[in-house]
Amino acid sequence: MRWLLLKDLQILRRSPLLVALLVLYPVVVSLLIGFALSRGPDKPRVAFVNLVPPSANTISLGGENVDASRYASELFKSIEPVRLHSREAAIQKVRSGDALAALIIPSDITQKLSTGLESAQVEVIYNNEDPVKGRYVEQIINSRLADANAALSDKFKDIALQDIRLLLDGGDFELLGRTLHILGLRRTEAILAATLKTLPPGASQRRPLTEVRDFAGLAVSNLNLANDVLATVAQPVQVKRVALKGATTPLSSFAVAVAVAVSLMFVTVLLASGMLALEREEGAFTRLVRGLVSRAGLLAEKIGLAAACAFLVALVMLCGIALLAGLQWSRFPQWLVALAAGAVSFAALGVAIGGLAREVRAASLLGFLLSLPLAFLALVPSGAVSSGLYAVIRVVCALFPFKPTLQALDGALNDAGGLGLPVVHLLVLTVAFALLARLSLRRFAS
Amino acid sequence: MARAEIETAPASRQASAAAARAPALAARGLGKHYGERAALVDVSFEVTVGELVAVIGPNGAGKTTLLSILAGIQPPDEGQIEVLDGDVGWVPQHAGVYSKLSVAENLRLFARLERVGDPDAVVARMLEQTGLADRAGDELSTLSGGNRQRVNVAIGLLADPAVLLADEPSSALDPRQRERLWEFIAQRRAGGTTVVYSTHNVQEAERHADRVLVLADGELLFTGTPRGLELEVGGSDLGFEAAFVRLLHAHGH
Repeated sequence: MRWLLLKDLQILRRSPLLVALLVLYPVVVSLLIGFALSRGPDKPRVAFVNLVPPSANTISLGGENVDASRYASELFKSIEPVRLHSREAAIQKVRSGDALAALIIPSDITQKLSTGLESAQVEVIYNNEDPVKGRYVEQIINSRLADANAALSDKFKDIALQDIRLLLDGGDFELLGRTLHILGLRRTEAILAATLKTLPPGASQRRPLTEVRDFAGLAVSNLNLANDVLATVAQPVQVKRVALKGATTPLSSFAVAVAVAVSLMFVTVLLASGMLALEREEGAFTRLVRGLVSRAGLLAEKIGLAAACAFLVALVMLCGIALLAGLQWSRFPQWLVALAAGAVSFAALGVAIGGLAREVRAASLLGFLLSLPLAFLALVPSGAVSSGLYAVIRVVCALFPFKPTLQALDGALNDAGGLGLPVVHLLVLTVAFALLARLSLRRFAS
Repeated sequence: MARAEIETAPASRQASAAAARAPALAARGLGKHYGERAALVDVSFEVTVGELVAVIGPNGAGKTTLLSILAGIQPPDEGQIEVLDGDVGWVPQHAGVYSKLSVAENLRLFARLERVGDPDAVVARMLEQTGLADRAGDELSTLSGGNRQRVNVAIGLLADPAVLLADEPSSALDPRQRERLWEFIAQRRAGGTTVVYSTHNVQEAERHADRVLVLADGELLFTGTPRGLELEVGGSDLGFEAAFVRLLHAHGH
């Protein structure tokens, strides 16, 4: 078998395009993923038109002046504003592709905010030629506007609470340039209580004064709850997150596991299927199995070669990502186990495909056609499709090595969900696909 | 010169083989089915040591199936095969060689897989015999069809087998290359190698065979010399090809 292995390595060495692909692939992918994870996403360019005159930027709320432009900065946390002076210029920017969208603040926004009687509106214009990009921009702007709304809502709440406190405790406030004094409900209640004590028991004023004192006491008690009530109104629904199942892997770390699993799958499946199909395409298969090499030996050689090459490629890729994105080097032995189990299982799938195909090109095409949907299916979350369909997807995913490889890598990289079960699953699949490949080799001789 | 050797060889070889009365290869009651279709039906024959035997028949007759069973690539459904010393060389129809390896690398690989005593010496000898010594370092993909076929035949002979089985060895060759191939095979026969080959070129079988086996739809219709086939169908002046066609018609093919 070693002569066959040496022969395959010689053939690989003489396929410069394939070798270049095998070397460059992990380097390029790991660099891309590493940079993507180590740097945040760039802010999209959004045309920004503020039609509010500078003098009207301040809103008067409950006697307090609020600078509305301060809340616009919420929007700029996630976008790069291209400041313009007219709606037409903003539309032109979006049309030309210079800006992904335009956000237009109308001139009457501060006036509407001041009255508090009508919702203020802003205008968002975006190019929907690319639905993915359009949706991305829409989501970002909606999200930032929600933040700005929440900040304004907090301000409104604070001002309302100040007014309520003034009503409760009394004090001075400004109105139309004059300073007015408010007595306050607590002091009103205290004054009335003191007055009632001075009145004789049968005094006719006692009853109405008692009613006013009780009303003041009731109002004080209820307005003390105003803080909680207003907080609830500002944010009626709060989210408490409880994870029932699965590990809490950060999205970026899970992305690394997905990227490595996909790379491992393609390199292994394509190599194993191609190298086995090559034996038939070159017509050497009938020579080899006439007692020179057993069919099982031939399969073992292809599985070993493809798994070893893909293992090295994926390991280089993983180390590259780890250097750039900071994975846990202490879990290096687990990486090796997960990569080895995944590579062997994918290689067994590859030889099963190679056994079905008669040519290298057909084997490669079959490998792609089978691998891509499997990768997509493995990433479908529960709840995204109907329960019946999800059950089918789970069964399909369990029959192929991608999902267990992903789980093994997630376990190895992120200490999520354990490594044992996926590795056993992969070994079972390896045996099953190797047997399938052995059966498919019967077609080779005919 | 080589032609003369080929033409004179059968008589002497047959004589010595008959004297030895030793079949180099024997098939007894071979049968093979692909689903419902019968590819071989009760095929029995013997090939004596040093014989050159051609298996002829129309397309789909079962020639390749018969040779692949004799070569041990696939098992028969019925019957058995006996080989004198168990050593059979195989030359597939399409050159079973690796395009990305050189001539010498291909020969060395198969010599090692055949576990021959001194692979390098065997490779050097085979390069010499095939006249490919000057192309030893060239990749197979750069060789002409004729030279590829010479490498294909050379690989079948690496282990110096007593019996060489070749499936349509000359089908992809031009007349000049075909002639060189038969010269090479004649040299091996002169060394005592038994050769069984298939062809759909009946003139080639007439020229380069001691005996012919005629197969049609998996049935063995005739075993004997080319001349014997002409006599079988009752016309000594018919010519071999016409006699072959008449034999097929006589059996309803």
